Amino acid sequence: MATINLAINGRPRTVEADPQISLLTVLRENLDLIGTKYGCGEGQCGACTVLIDGRAQRSCITRAETVGQKQITTIEGPAHGERLHPVQEAFLEEDALQCGYCTPGMIMSVVALLNRNHHPTQSEIIDSLNGNICRCGAYSRIISAVQKAATSLAKSEIGTGARQ
Amino acid sequence: MSETTSIPAPWELERYELTSAPVYHFDFDRREFFKVLGAGVLLVSILNQTAWTQESGSARGRIEGSLPGEIGAWLHIGENGKVTVYTGKVEVGQNIRTSLSQGIAEELRFPIERIELVMGDTQLTPFDMGTFGSRTTPTMNLQLRRAAAAARDLLIDLAAAQWKTDRQHLVATDGKIMDQKSKRSVEYEALVKEQQLAKSIPVQDPLIPAANWTVMGQPLPKLAGVAFVTGKHRYPSDQKVPDMWYGKVLRPPSFGATLLSVDTAKAEQMGATVVRDGNFIGVAARSSGLAAAAIAAIQADWKSEAQPSSKEIFEYLKKNTYEGTDPSGGGDRYDTGNVDEALASTKLRLEQTYKVSYIAHVPLEPRAALAKWDGDNLTVWTGSQRPFGVRGELAEAFRIPEDRVRVLMPDTGSAYGGKHTGETAIEAARLARTAKRPVKVVWTREEEFTWAYFRPAGVIDVVGSVRDDGSITAWEFHNYNSGSAGIRTYYEIANQRIVFHPARSPLRQGSYRALAATANHFARESHMDELANALKMDPLEFRMKNLKNERLRAVFQAAADKFGWGKRKAAPGQGFGMGGGYEKLGNIATFAEVKVDRKSGAVKVLRIVSAFECGAVVNPGNLRNQVEGSNVQGMGGALFEAIEFQKGKILNGRMSQYRVPRFTDLPLIETVLLDRKDLPSAGAGECPMIGLAPAIANAIFHATGVRLRSLPLVPDGLKIT
Ligand code: FES
Ligand code: FES
Repeated sequence: MATINLAINGRPRTVEADPQISLLTVLRENLDLIGTKYGCGEGQCGACTVLIDGRAQRSCITRAETVGQKQITTIEGPAHGERLHPVQEAFLEEDALQCGYCTPGMIMSVVALLNRNHHPTQSEIIDSLNGNICRCGAYSRIISAVQKAATSLAKSEIGTGARQ
Repeated sequence: MSETTSIPAPWELERYELTSAPVYHFDFDRREFFKVLGAGVLLVSILNQTAWTQESGSARGRIEGSLPGEIGAWLHIGENGKVTVYTGKVEVGQNIRTSLSQGIAEELRFPIERIELVMGDTQLTPFDMGTFGSRTTPTMNLQLRRAAAAARDLLIDLAAAQWKTDRQHLVATDGKIMDQKSKRSVEYEALVKEQQLAKSIPVQDPLIPAANWTVMGQPLPKLAGVAFVTGKHRYPSDQKVPDMWYGKVLRPPSFGATLLSVDTAKAEQMGATVVRDGNFIGVAARSSGLAAAAIAAIQADWKSEAQPSSKEIFEYLKKNTYEGTDPSGGGDRYDTGNVDEALASTKLRLEQTYKVSYIAHVPLEPRAALAKWDGDNLTVWTGSQRPFGVRGELAEAFRIPEDRVRVLMPDTGSAYGGKHTGETAIEAARLARTAKRPVKVVWTREEEFTWAYFRPAGVIDVVGSVRDDGSITAWEFHNYNSGSAGIRTYYEIANQRIVFHPARSPLRQGSYRALAATANHFARESHMDELANALKMDPLEFRMKNLKNERLRAVFQAAADKFGWGKRKAAPGQGFGMGGGYEKLGNIATFAEVKVDRKSGAVKVLRIVSAFECGAVVNPGNLRNQVEGSNVQGMGGALFEAIEFQKGKILNGRMSQYRVPRFTDLPLIETVLLDRKDLPSAGAGECPMIGLAPAIANAIFHATGVRLRSLPLVPDGLKIT
């Protein structure tokens, strides 16, 4: 057993766990942050995507112990109370989900993308999301949602700093 | 320790996807109901005999006898101003929670946000066979609309009685009954105050015609979507209760392997609870990590059995038919006219064999169940398209009456026909019983790839003959193992012999979105193209010449127009193709454009145009989503998905080894919806998939002259010799 200190969604969290434990398991099992999903366990599907220091990472192949010094954002992070993040809004408006199981991982990948690229082209969107599988096949709506979110982020950019 | 145990690979009924109906139907106790729900008005929708027969999927062989009225759903209007609707249907991403609510809101004239659907809870909702076969829209949607319409009438009666006026002037609107003359109005909740009024509606109430819909027919986004985009919704694998442990099951190294000896001492020393019962060995532990370590610490010796491999599967299936001993009642067979004579007397005849591989559903959420015992009562949360079927499986496994078992189905991370069975629920419940605490079992992706069931592989032999003018004279069609859904031809052919030959499948097989309709349409629509090509006739013209069905003609024409069929000349490496058909009350025509790089052999689908017609459209937004999703998912099975196996092992049972469609595979998808307001609405989760594979195969032929007759078409690209 090891003591692992983490910073998740801006809050310090401490867990006692096997030093080999993955970040995904810590989130889901030890902290009950179940919004981050398991889909493959080998970095192939993107269901477990979280932000680590702002970059999209696969939590299933990330050892929790290795990210103690970093800022972790999960799908539970971006909304402020009732106010959704523009990416979340856009997924709802574009109806970019069917079963919704891929959605948390998709949204985190999109947040990371729009953080580093404010106006991604269609092919940049496709490239940067290609590691996220939507088995229900909602890909084209997800692309529309990304475009919509980019536009609304650009609008809200002035002054509010809605990005995180 | 030594014991010989064999773990059989159960054979899944693919063709009718059903469990048997309950034998008894007890009277519905309305007092009980009001005790739970509080006062109000309750509408009980009774399935009539025909609806019941259809809904149970029973084509034959079931004793229909004198089933008493069967409850389809119930709808409660409470004095708290809420409407609660109970249905045994479940939500697996097809968004019926939204489309069913739209129907209720429409008929009841009630705000949709105040409607709650309780779905797939065996304790609270009426019995339901399961959510499959695209039956929800044609049956449950109508039942709920009828219940809602009857409720609206009842509320008008209540208001008329209260105001002592003629109901003629009263109308229902936005949760209120209004008197058009005096302009007074009363809210539903005030009308139902302290009432305990129950009414059943066996008769068909007239419904609001599609032309007058205001809520239905609208592209409403997913209800309760906020919980999904914020990660708050708890899927089956996210369920948690206090004191819960994690379970894991020991899997044999290969299908059909027999356990020779096992030593579980180490696992026990680690603090895990180990269960050995018959052919079941599993552990439960405080954390999932510990459970996995404990399973790994179990020493087991197995004896393997000889098993066929994917390389020889097609010969194997043809050699191992059941002929006449099919467990589901004999192969289907359709004969018309005299095929042999017609084939012999027509000059142009063509004989070909088409094949489809086993494929996996790969629902992004793998199977999961959380089981909790309370004395002899068992509660299980699981992702299943058949919660009542799973209840039956649990009752049987633990030899307890069904009323001691409650199965709940939280909205699930998709299924596609792949979650009909209750193995995970049984595993969790067995472990929980010995561990004496709740236990959750979540399958790994590898388990899901290996121990779930697959879409059947199959071989299809087709012979067709045509006259010079393009009319088909004879059609012979033999399907080995894939199944009989969509096996009959909709083309006008006087002489037909169509036979389904069930076979012994070495892999566990079962339902998959659209069932065998994908395989049968692939063979039929490819063969149609081959015949057209032999005749040097335009494939659209050839189809139309042999097609009378107006609805199918309409979708073929609509898709052709949108696609620009015949308007463009193909550039080198570019090809156009079509496929279409009729399934589950829907009509689809799919046109595809592909690009083949002759050097590298890479095949890219650039554009898909689908025209779909399934009666009156309930929710066009969701319908488009379903058609697009079917096309994207269908591309996997059409182009590259296949389960490979050898010596009883799956060789590519990981996400890194089994390719599913990704963003980069996405073509431009255009969908034309033909809204037939004059026809009853049908489901859309399956039919749109069936035209895609032949459309792509036909387009590849058009581009290259290479005819591909096996699904997947190009798992390793195209080899042009
Ligand atoms: S679960 Fe981590 S990438 Fe699939
Ligand atoms: S919506 Fe089901 S996996 Fe994406």
